[in-house]
Amino acid sequence: MRLSRQMSQRIAFGLITLAAVVVILPILYIIGYVVVQGAGAITWTFLTEMPRDGMKAGGLLPAILGTLLLTVGTAVIAVPIGVGGAIYLSEYAKDNAGTRAIRIAIINLAGIPSVVYGLFGLGLFVIFLNFGTSILAGSLTLGIMTLPVIISTAEEALRAVPQSFRLVSTSLGGTRWQTIRRVVLPQALPGVITGIILGIERAAGETAPILFTAVAFFLPQLPSSVFDQTMALPYHLYVISTQVPGMPIHIQYGTALVLLLFILSMNLLATLIRRHYRKQRVW
Amino acid sequence: MATIVPESRSKRRQVSLAEVLIERAIQVTGLSAVLLVILIFVFLIREGVPAFFQVPISSLLMTRWYPIEDYYGLLPLIAGSVIITGGAAIISLPLGIATAIFIAEIVPDGAREILKPLVEVLAGIPSVVIGFMGMLVITPLFRTALNIPTGLTAFTGMVLLAWMVLPTVVSVVEDVLDTVPKTYRDAGLALGLTHWQTIWRIILPAGKSGILTAFMLGIGRAIGETMTVMMVTGNAPRIPKSPLDIFMPIRTMTATIAAEMGEVAQGSAHYHVLFAVGLALFVITFAVNLAAAAVVFRSTKRAERMLS
Repeated sequence: MRLSRQMSQRIAFGLITLAAVVVILPILYIIGYVVVQGAGAITWTFLTEMPRDGMKAGGLLPAILGTLLLTVGTAVIAVPIGVGGAIYLSEYAKDNAGTRAIRIAIINLAGIPSVVYGLFGLGLFVIFLNFGTSILAGSLTLGIMTLPVIISTAEEALRAVPQSFRLVSTSLGGTRWQTIRRVVLPQALPGVITGIILGIERAAGETAPILFTAVAFFLPQLPSSVFDQTMALPYHLYVISTQVPGMPIHIQYGTALVLLLFILSMNLLATLIRRHYRKQRVW
Repeated sequence: MATIVPESRSKRRQVSLAEVLIERAIQVTGLSAVLLVILIFVFLIREGVPAFFQVPISSLLMTRWYPIEDYYGLLPLIAGSVIITGGAAIISLPLGIATAIFIAEIVPDGAREILKPLVEVLAGIPSVVIGFMGMLVITPLFRTALNIPTGLTAFTGMVLLAWMVLPTVVSVVEDVLDTVPKTYRDAGLALGLTHWQTIWRIILPAGKSGILTAFMLGIGRAIGETMTVMMVTGNAPRIPKSPLDIFMPIRTMTATIAAEMGEVAQGSAHYHVLFAVGLALFVITFAVNLAAAAVVFRSTKRAERMLS
């Protein structure tokens, strides 16, 4: 017996809805759970003091600061190169073998496991260039890892700008760079910024690439230069949840919550920016 | 750009030096991806290839990984990575496409504005947080529900990994569905197709290459995932002998590197073997992505032909 078209639509949509619920509900659950369990641990002391008693008391200051520094470092490296690469691919690159090589390279960069970036960072920055295990080596490693994300999303946003916009600008006497700078880039900005933030947000939460390039188990003082080792929130959470026996559970959840809030606030920022600009969009 | 008439040539001369420099810089950044891939490859070879001189190939192909006694058999690690990635891919692709259709096609615009960022939030949740929650919540749940000695199993890793890969799949597929021209949809509906038939027969096929991209990016993320896998799979380097062994601990290539690299002496056989594992991961992901890219390029061309 053949199902009627309406019936098959109802069944298909039912299954799709079920799948979506299975995907989306745990997201709310995991966030809610960490918030509920971790909220009690969040105090001013927890956020602004050094850890004490083998990290079982005191605060997260060095880990929070370390993650902030690594995030800024990542952005400094990945944003100019990433956006530049995206502009090249969207506005300059011709459809030839060279461009295909670039695209394949980007796809492959995106597919390289984060821990392999860690190995690469160890080999190149820590050992070969002798930066040591440092904020600089970690930022460079994270920055390179973030590049393909930024290039792909920014290129997509640039390409979405209608061709007619470029034609109008050119017909008014604009050079290619003027067209990009004044017309294409502003129009694509929300998409570009969203891509940047999402890329950097991912880097901020990564542990594997900084394992051998930037982080230390515990440091008694804050880093004073980019050549210093640092603590970082994701690695700190890994350490206290797997490597330190008898770690109070509320400190573990509190650390997870701080990390999550850090990431989610960046995420919220990306969403707000996109929403704000989308309202202004005329096409 | 087809024909350059003399007027535009004279206009070109007005392009300022700054503009030339900017355009050069943009070209260099455009090439950065290629340079970086080569650089990464070179450094992995530099540190990884000595392993093949220090440890005989035959012993790398053994089934025992126990570096303390110089057993460097890579097979259990490779098996672990392949099984977990494959399992995650099988679980996440249908769920991801379904969720993307749900968000792009079924829910009203208002709900869409909430759901899309929500799925993106999942992409941002650090893998270490998911591993942490997996250890504290999922692992005990699976242990009691399935009545197995430990919840730290390959299956736990697959499920968590599948879920982590989902946002990648969902957001890419969703964007693809979004970019299928509205005229396609209107044409389908005008021909008397139901909404579902329009999605299944017209919109999904039109977005096929994008869906493949999503799958590819998903696999890339799954095979490279380290922290979650290290925290929830038990890290026992063993080769599964029956399908039921997915409910036993397992160990992946990524987790091995992450767990052991911090403790090895630089230049030792163990150090070089871990780099060789990294080199193998690089080559595997390179091959998978290259194959996928070939598919994407071919289907893009076909779509362009159809549209022109």
